[in-house]
Amino acid sequence: MKDISGCGLSGVIHRKGELIPGEVIIKSICCQEERGNGLGAGFAAYGIYPDLADYYALHVMADHRKALEDVEELLAHRTYMAHEEPIPTRRTPGIENPPLFKRYFVKPKYEGETRQLCEGTEDEDDYMVSLVMEINTKIDGAYVISSGKNMGAFKGVGFPHQIAEFFRIEEYKAYIWTAHNRFPTNTPGWWGRAHPFTILDWSIVHNGEISSYGTNRRYLEMFGYHCTLLTDTEVVAYLLDLLIRRHRLPIEVACMALAPPFWQEIDRMPEEERELATAIRMVYGAAMLNGPFAILFAYNGGLVGLNDRVKLRPLVAAEKGDMVYMASEEAAIRAICPDPDRVWAPKAGEPVIVELEPGTIPNQRSYLRGPGEKTGGEVCRYPG
Amino acid sequence: MATEMDVKDLHYRDLNRLLRAKIEEGERDFILKNVNGQRYIAAGVSEKIRLEIYGTPGLDLGAFMRGPEIIVHGNTQDGAGNTMDEGKIVVHGMAGDVVGYAMRGGKIHVYSDVGYRVGIHMKAYMDKVPVIVIGGKAGDFLGEYMAGGIIILLGMFSRYPERPIAGIYLGTGMHGGTIYVRGKVSESQLGLGLKPHEITDEDEALLRKHLSEYCEDFNLDLEEIMKEPFIKIEPYTHRPYGKLYAY
Repeated sequence: MKDISGCGLSGVIHRKGELIPGEVIIKSICCQEERGNGLGAGFAAYGIYPDLADYYALHVMADHRKALEDVEELLAHRTYMAHEEPIPTRRTPGIENPPLFKRYFVKPKYEGETRQLCEGTEDEDDYMVSLVMEINTKIDGAYVISSGKNMGAFKGVGFPHQIAEFFRIEEYKAYIWTAHNRFPTNTPGWWGRAHPFTILDWSIVHNGEISSYGTNRRYLEMFGYHCTLLTDTEVVAYLLDLLIRRHRLPIEVACMALAPPFWQEIDRMPEEERELATAIRMVYGAAMLNGPFAILFAYNGGLVGLNDRVKLRPLVAAEKGDMVYMASEEAAIRAICPDPDRVWAPKAGEPVIVELEPGTIPNQRSYLRGPGEKTGGEVCRYPG
Repeated sequence: MATEMDVKDLHYRDLNRLLRAKIEEGERDFILKNVNGQRYIAAGVSEKIRLEIYGTPGLDLGAFMRGPEIIVHGNTQDGAGNTMDEGKIVVHGMAGDVVGYAMRGGKIHVYSDVGYRVGIHMKAYMDKVPVIVIGGKAGDFLGEYMAGGIIILLGMFSRYPERPIAGIYLGTGMHGGTIYVRGKVSESQLGLGLKPHEITDEDEALLRKHLSEYCEDFNLDLEEIMKEPFIKIEPYTHRPYGKLYAY
C-alpha cells in the first residue's frame, strides 16, 4: 500500500484575501512528517510581494555564481528590472550545500515597435513563459522555480520544518498557501525536483506518480513547454497554463481533461454533457494524467484540489468561515483548525475549486465556468 | 477507573510505547485525549483492552490487532482496522479509505460515511467472520476482491445527500462473503457479473443480529433501520477470473 507512505500535501486559502501567517502552513505540513522522508519539501505563497505586485517575481535557483551571472545578463536584455535581491535564507542544521537563490522583479522588455503592440496584453504572460523556458534550457545550472506576480515558491531537499527554517517561511504572510512533503519513489532527491512546480502564477504540489509523463511531455513540447526538472509533476504546471490560460478552458473542464470520467460513465450522461465529455477526452487525450494522484494547485485567484478518477491518493477538505483547507490527512487540517464547520472527502475526479470573492485583489484571475453550466462531472465550487 | 492520557503533540512511537507499557502493567481501560494524526494506535495489540479515543486518530488505527475494543469520538483516517483479526472498532464520525482492508475477524461499526475501497480483500475462516457496518454512504470499490465476511451498508447517516449510497465497481472480483445494502443499487454500479438479490429470512435474522449491536453502539432504533428492504450481493462464482487469465 503505497498510499500509506506517499507524499503529504496541505493548502489553505482565505476567501476574502486576508493574510495567513507562515507558521500556520508549517504547522499543518509538519503534522504529516511521516508522509515524507527528508528528500524534498516546499511552499507556495500568494500575496507576499504587495509592493512589487505589478512585476513578475522570478525566483531563480543556481548551482553556481556563473549561472546567476548568465541569468542576469539575459534579464538585462529582456526585461526591465525593478528590484533584485538574494532570497533570504538561514543556516539550517541538516541542510548542506544548498544552491544559490535570488529573486528578480521584472517586466518584459519588447524591442522596437512590438513593444507598443504587446505591452499590457496577455502576451506578457507568453513572453515570460518563453523567457523561463529559455533560462531553464539554455543556462547551465540555473532554474526558475517560480515566475508569477505577487507570489513565490520556496523548495528544496529536506524535511518541511528544515525547508521552512531555511527559507524563513514564518516571515511571510499569504492569502493562499500550499505545502508539500516529499517521499520520492521514482526519481532521486534534488532541489529542482522538490515541489511546488510552477509557471507564471500557477503552482502545483502533488502526491502520486504520473505514468503518462512521456505522453504529456511530448504533447506540451508542441506548444513550447520544455520539461527540464526531471520529474513527473512538472508537466501538470504547464498543462494548467496551456489548458486554462492559453486555451481558455473553464477550470471545471480543464480538471475533466486531466482526470476524465470513464467511458462507461460518459455513456450514462445526458446528451449535452456526454458530448462535452466525449470532446474533451478526444481533443485532450494527451493531457490526461494517468496514474495515482492527489494534487493541489493554485493561481492568484484560487486554490484547487483534484484526485485521480479512482482516488488512489488521499485528499480531505474542510471549511471554517472564510477559510478553506485541503490536505492529505484530516489531522493536518485539524492541527491548524481544530473545529472546522465542515469536513469532507472529495470524490475521485471531482475538483474542489475555491476562488477568492470577486474583486478581492487587483488583477484577480477567475477561471470558473460557474454552477449554471454542467460539465457532466461533479464539481465542488466556491463561490458555489 | 480508566487511565486517561493527554497525547497532544506526542509522536506515534511514544504514544504506542506508552500504551504498550501500561498494558504490560495490567491496565485494560484507556481514554486518549487530543489525538491528532498519530498512526498505528493499538496496532498489533492482542490483549482485550478498551480504548476510547477523542480526536482524529491517524492511519492504520488498530491494524493487525487481536482483541481490543476501540471507540473513536471523531473521524478516522485511512486504513482503520487494516488486517485486524479480532476485536472491535466503533467510529462515531466518518472513516477514510480502505477501512478493514484484508480484515480477518472482529467488527467495525462506522456511524457515518466511509471512503474508497472499504472492506477490500476481507476474508473468513470457520468461526472467524469479520463484519463492517456503515451507517452512511461508501465510495467506489466497496468489497472489491472480497473473499469472506459481511458488509452492511445503510446509507442513512450521510453527510453527502447528493451522492449515491455506494460508488461504482461495488464488489468487483468478489469470490466470497456478502454485501447487504439498505435500499437499492443500480446494476451499473456493480462489478462485472454481479446482480442484486432479494434477502431471505435467514439473511433478515442475520441483519437483525448484527444491526441490533450496531444500534446499541450508537443509540439507534433497529426497527427504523429495518423499515426499508435490503438487497444482497453475493459472488456468482468462486473464481470470477478463472476464465480470464491464461495459465
